[in-house]
Amino acid sequence: MTDDRRDREVPVAGGGLLHRRALLMAGAITGGGLATSVFAAGRSPPPASMLQPGAALSGYGARSRSGAAIQRIVPELPFPGTGSSRTPLQLLEGTITPNGLHFERHHNGVPQIDPATHELLVHGLVRQPLLFRYEDLLRYPRESRVLFLECSGNSGALGAPEPVQASAGQLNGLVSGAEWTGVRLSRLLGEAGLTGEAAWVQAEGADAAGMVRSIPLSICLDDAMVALFQNGEPLRPEQGFPMRLLLPGIEGNASVKWLRRLKVMAAPAFSREETSKYTDLLPDGKAEQFSLRMGVKSIILNPSYGLDLHGAGYQEISGLAWSGRGSIRKVEVSADGGATWGEAALGGPVLPKALTRFRMPWRWNGAPATLMSRATDETGAVQPLRAAWLAQSGASKGYHSNVVQSWRVQADGKIAHVYA
Amino acid sequence: MSTPDRVILGGVAALALSCAAVYAHLNSRRVDSPQLGRPASPDVIRRMDISVGADGGGLPPGAGTVAQGRATYAAKCQMCHGEAGTGGIADPLTGGIGSLATAKPVKTVASYWPYAPPLFDYIRRAMPLTAPQSLKDDEVYGLVAYLLSVDGIVAPDARLDAGSLTRIRMPNRKGFISLEDRDFDGNAERIAPPVEGAR
Ligand code: HEC
Repeated sequence: MTDDRRDREVPVAGGGLLHRRALLMAGAITGGGLATSVFAAGRSPPPASMLQPGAALSGYGARSRSGAAIQRIVPELPFPGTGSSRTPLQLLEGTITPNGLHFERHHNGVPQIDPATHELLVHGLVRQPLLFRYEDLLRYPRESRVLFLECSGNSGALGAPEPVQASAGQLNGLVSGAEWTGVRLSRLLGEAGLTGEAAWVQAEGADAAGMVRSIPLSICLDDAMVALFQNGEPLRPEQGFPMRLLLPGIEGNASVKWLRRLKVMAAPAFSREETSKYTDLLPDGKAEQFSLRMGVKSIILNPSYGLDLHGAGYQEISGLAWSGRGSIRKVEVSADGGATWGEAALGGPVLPKALTRFRMPWRWNGAPATLMSRATDETGAVQPLRAAWLAQSGASKGYHSNVVQSWRVQADGKIAHVYA
Repeated sequence: MSTPDRVILGGVAALALSCAAVYAHLNSRRVDSPQLGRPASPDVIRRMDISVGADGGGLPPGAGTVAQGRATYAAKCQMCHGEAGTGGIADPLTGGIGSLATAKPVKTVASYWPYAPPLFDYIRRAMPLTAPQSLKDDEVYGLVAYLLSVDGIVAPDARLDAGSLTRIRMPNRKGFISLEDRDFDGNAERIAPPVEGAR
């Protein structure tokens, strides 16, 4: 690193945060620089991979042996098919979650469904009840959208009285991003023909929980889809094969997997999943219901708990931001516990209701620092501080936690989860 | 080019031609939606739709008593939900009434659920966990009667059928605020101000 380059790094906030322009500067990354080859001098032996033919072609690619270590975070469960596994967000890059690492939330296991016998029934307040086979839906006009999917129980641990020492994925891994392809739900409802009183649609899954949710018609007719593909390949069983509902920006539970039935109704059914669960109990004992839209949120993934820093100097802070209301307008980062903030660079294209990657250049001086990120969405809504969220929601709410999170970088580079 | 290749290419060209013909045909009919769904008969709907609404719509014929439900519960539910629904390796189903506004709210069927018919719906479709949809309708009526009797929501000698189950008033019936008029946005940072008198 030349002094000249360091001169061009413009601080934008306290604690060493730099103007995002620094990301574009060639060679801004520390160390290395010139003579970095392991075989720096003389004639070095070529790597073994160049001295013999590699492995044969294969029908379905496998991960590199070193990458295979990346796994979903699966907890010990009393009933192995009832619960959730999380995406190890801090070990991934970009905004698309590999299909095998997309988070799961099942209520009674993953069903194996034969697409040849599976049918989707559309009935209730419609002019003509219809049955669609999987092969029928494959013939419909398709659309693809890059979207996030988040369980509304995500980040619930942020309500704990003391900060839980766990990785970003353990705390926040009930969110993933993917390109979903399918058929617009409004098209299928339109073919059945809605009648005058239609106001809600109950979706049912073909799993052993018989998952049901009542969904407002306005959301169904907006941008909802019956998804058939995820990241280019047919849905995986744990993501709802052969077909699932996909409601952009809406809490994950309502995007019913293994979709078999859509019942158009005049009022919600008030089933278990929209009363007993997925309602937000407030301190006064009342509970908010049908809090379907996910709020604006961001988390720093690098550095984060478990990804300690190895010495002072240039670092890139990066993470993910998203909002169920649309696109991310900006993400601000603080390195001094929220005293000052600088604006991060957003990776494009910034898509509505999709994960957005943010990056912030940082020159860490080696002193303890507290890193935070705060997102603003296209409606102007700003991610709330934890104290403000708790004051409004109460500690027992548990769902829809989107509080600003904080990582404490200690002088030795170790990182702890803190409330700041 | 070898002969097999030429055969395949010829086939592809023929296919492309026939596809074009199909599209032209579709366009000529100005079909704006594929309309590939088949009409579903009332019989098919009856077999596929097991939903029960909060208004009791969809409740089947049949009935069950507290005593019957107590026996079914002991045989098929207690190992997971504990004695009298007090909880075990799975959720508590009874107790907690009056706790919702305290620092330690206990959410159970008795303390939290606003309507009784969805309890029938849930037990019939999802429980017992290891054998969902194995219970007879009479057994489900009995289980609902028994579980609600533990907290005195129904009498100790109650017998429930579609009519009496629908008439049950759950303690937390008025406990929910629908966010419909806030665009279903329950987040702390929602921008739209709460509509006056929405609560
Ligand atoms: C093998 C264990 C097991 C058995 C047996 C079992 N359950 Fe459950 N039950 C569960 C689990 C686990 C859940 C939560 C499922 C989920 O996560 O969606 C549950 C949920 C419930 C709920 C919803 C609770 C709430 O507050 O939302 C009710 C009601 C219920 N069970 C009733 C019954 C009844 C009645 C029986 C007997 C016919 C029964 N269960 C048998 C494990 C069991």
